[in-house]
Amino acid sequence: MYEKDGEKYFVVDEHIHFWDASPENTTNKYGEGFIKCFYDYHANLSPDEYTWSFEKYRKYSEEDIMHDLFEVGHVDLAILQSTYLTDFYDNGFNTLERNAKLVEKYPEKFLVNGSFDPRNEAKGLEMLERDHERYGFKGVKLYTAEWKGESRGWHLDDEWSVRHLEKCEELGIKNIHVHKGPTIWPLNRDSFDVADVDRTATMFPDLNFVVEHVGLPRLEDFCWIGTQEPNVYGGLAVAMPFIHAKPRYFAQIIGELLYWIGEDRLCFASDYALWQPKWLVEKFVDFQYPEDAEFDDYAEITPDIKRKILGLNAAKLYELEVPDELQLVTTGQDTGFDVTEKPAIER
Amino acid sequence: MIERRTVLDALSGVRDPELDEPITDLEFVSRLEIEGGFVDVRLRLPTYFCAPNFSYLMVADAKEAVLSVPGVESVRLILEDHYASEEINTGVNDKRGFDHAFEGEAEGPDLEELRTTFRRKSFVSRQEQLCRALLADGHSPADLAEMVLGDAPVSAEFDTYLDRRAELGLDVSPEAPLVVDPDGNRVPKGAVVEHLRFARLTRVSIEGNAGLCRGLLATRYGTSGVVS
Repeated sequence: MYEKDGEKYFVVDEHIHFWDASPENTTNKYGEGFIKCFYDYHANLSPDEYTWSFEKYRKYSEEDIMHDLFEVGHVDLAILQSTYLTDFYDNGFNTLERNAKLVEKYPEKFLVNGSFDPRNEAKGLEMLERDHERYGFKGVKLYTAEWKGESRGWHLDDEWSVRHLEKCEELGIKNIHVHKGPTIWPLNRDSFDVADVDRTATMFPDLNFVVEHVGLPRLEDFCWIGTQEPNVYGGLAVAMPFIHAKPRYFAQIIGELLYWIGEDRLCFASDYALWQPKWLVEKFVDFQYPEDAEFDDYAEITPDIKRKILGLNAAKLYELEVPDELQLVTTGQDTGFDVTEKPAIER
Repeated sequence: MIERRTVLDALSGVRDPELDEPITDLEFVSRLEIEGGFVDVRLRLPTYFCAPNFSYLMVADAKEAVLSVPGVESVRLILEDHYASEEINTGVNDKRGFDHAFEGEAEGPDLEELRTTFRRKSFVSRQEQLCRALLADGHSPADLAEMVLGDAPVSAEFDTYLDRRAELGLDVSPEAPLVVDPDGNRVPKGAVVEHLRFARLTRVSIEGNAGLCRGLLATRYGTSGVVS
């Protein structure tokens, strides 16, 4: 919970990691390159006082995560998004098993999401069922750019992916977090293309598709599908930290997102340990558009809109109980398109 | 004697297709050596995992650009510090093409379709920049819908817009309508505001990515080894 100027905010950090990219766990030059790349994002966009050494960044402790999220970070509940990357890291990057230990110890602080890889075909379906039985998660994190042997990635609308999504539906796993990365096959198409999310969201109207980092670097493609599909949400990981290093850009992104997607389908995330929730939450609550003409026609961001983004939208997706004092103060007028009325422009 | 300046000018004609800026401005050129008719160029990118298709396009385009300089007989173009450096460098320097360099990983036509997708985005973004400047000068959206290219005052935004228009093979004559979609169809008066609204989103996306990539490159390399 965060309180400022008499306003209270329930905070759900919908995308965090408890990774191990220590030298001992790193399998090859690709794993080394991956964590270095992550570190550059961290170092480039974090305020100095929140920038770690590379050594610490590779593997941090349970004490770090508890301190940074809950002791000082204002977070009420955090969702661990399991990411395997077993071609890069011997024991995986942050697997369900590793994450689940935290949930076991602090069940009131964390949720853990599962994952599936359609390239495991029938075995994958069994694994998903078994994992779900054991951990009871309400969501899965899918990393479509994950390497696996010769394969450089997959699409959400691949045959076996569709079968896994059917299994999710059957098991009551409603929240599908989609993370697009830059190395997907086939390489001669735009790898960040979210067209497969569009098609799959139409196929599964009862599932929620949370596109992580709001489709960046293809904000325009993501917003486009968001106007077409009512069950597509935007996770704000990677977009949030611009609020410090590139505040004008943050203002533009959030303005565009509120216009195209609307206040009910955007969810806060720090992507910890990429960035820390403390400064993200504080700066977001303080956030105002810069005062110049460029921002004149963006809708105002009221405390209630901030409340929705910081926690209430994710609380709905995950059916979390929110204390009365942290609910919306007023029922505001929604921003964003009514998706039953699609905009008439052609792309 | 080949001048460095001439080679750099040629390289400044190569754009990052996603970021819509010259690779020289983006500080992607980290080394340039000239020995007689032989030119040795090194490129670097903001991350180890930058999309290999765009990386390949830049390396291949850079090689073409240097080869077009009078007096240049041969070029070695090396992409540094990328997970697919080896495949890309071999593909470009042996002229085997992208499909061959990533055998088994690529499908369908070579990279031209991808290039066209991003030329269209770039066109939309540059049109928005020009229109934003015209609106700030007092034109209304309805004016814009009726204007032809010959009505627009000459400016840097206008020149870039014409350039991106020509790249898509669209009409650039003074009588051609100013606001057209990427297929060259005039945008009707009633649709201009909405059209520009989506164009702005595209521009915000491209400019934001460019800003992020500059930052990541600076974090990765500091300011060392910049050739400009």
